Amino acid sequence: MDTISPYILLSAVLFAMGAIGVLTRRNAILIFMCIELMLNSANLAFVAFAKQWGHLDGQMFVFFVMAVAAAEVAVGLALIVTIFKTRNSTNVDELGQLKG
Amino acid sequence: MTSEFIVLIVLTIIAIASAVGLLTSRNAIYAALFLIMNFGAVAVMYLLLNAPFLAIVQISVYAGAIMVLFLFVIMLLGAEREVDVERRKSMRWQRPLAIGLGVLLLIQAGYVVFGQLGATAAIAPAVAAGPLEIGRQLFGPYLLPFEIMAVLLLVAMIGAVVLTSDK
Repeated sequence: MDTISPYILLSAVLFAMGAIGVLTRRNAILIFMCIELMLNSANLAFVAFAKQWGHLDGQMFVFFVMAVAAAEVAVGLALIVTIFKTRNSTNVDELGQLKG
Repeated sequence: MTSEFIVLIVLTIIAIASAVGLLTSRNAIYAALFLIMNFGAVAVMYLLLNAPFLAIVQISVYAGAIMVLFLFVIMLLGAEREVDVERRKSMRWQRPLAIGLGVLLLIQAGYVVFGQLGATAAIAPAVAAGPLEIGRQLFGPYLLPFEIMAVLLLVAMIGAVVLTSDK
């Protein structure tokens, strides 16, 4: 194969599907998983462009994006667990009040 | 029709099918397992894209640590028993609008990538991308982001402990 176009197209499709998932899902954990899908699709685009231009900068970015995603998942899930302790629900439709 | 292209077609089908499964499954554990399958397909794509180190890091960090953390929290909160279909009657237009906006985003991304950017340029010769070269980059030009990443992970760890402590 002589271009990276299939990878970029797949990255765009996965990103759009992740966006649809964030907008349609009601469980906070499932929304978070769709955000991880979007991050993963961006990683795929980075690695594809690293292959196209022939140097490793794209792969270094993916390394750092993965580390940031891991840190974000840790803090985000801790937040969801804490909210669940007070509200007893992970449905984002019921989390509409700012009052603790 | 080279063998690389056939493998890519199969991986694309697996990735898109598992993403559809993530979007439509009622059970949260099934959704997490579909996402693990998606990460596995993307990891094999990294192997096709001359990134062997990143493929293994994807399996061990994304599919092996992050998704396991998701499954722990899903089972801790009992979310696999909830059904994700309750919605108020007043917002029934929300799902078709979300799907329409997602398709619009995809069309825009396709137009920008294939019309304006150089995603159709020729591929440069392959460079070595094993752990030695990644290590040389990490301790060479990317030393400062590497150290900042270590501080970020420490901050995230402290934040997770502080947020869930009882005091």
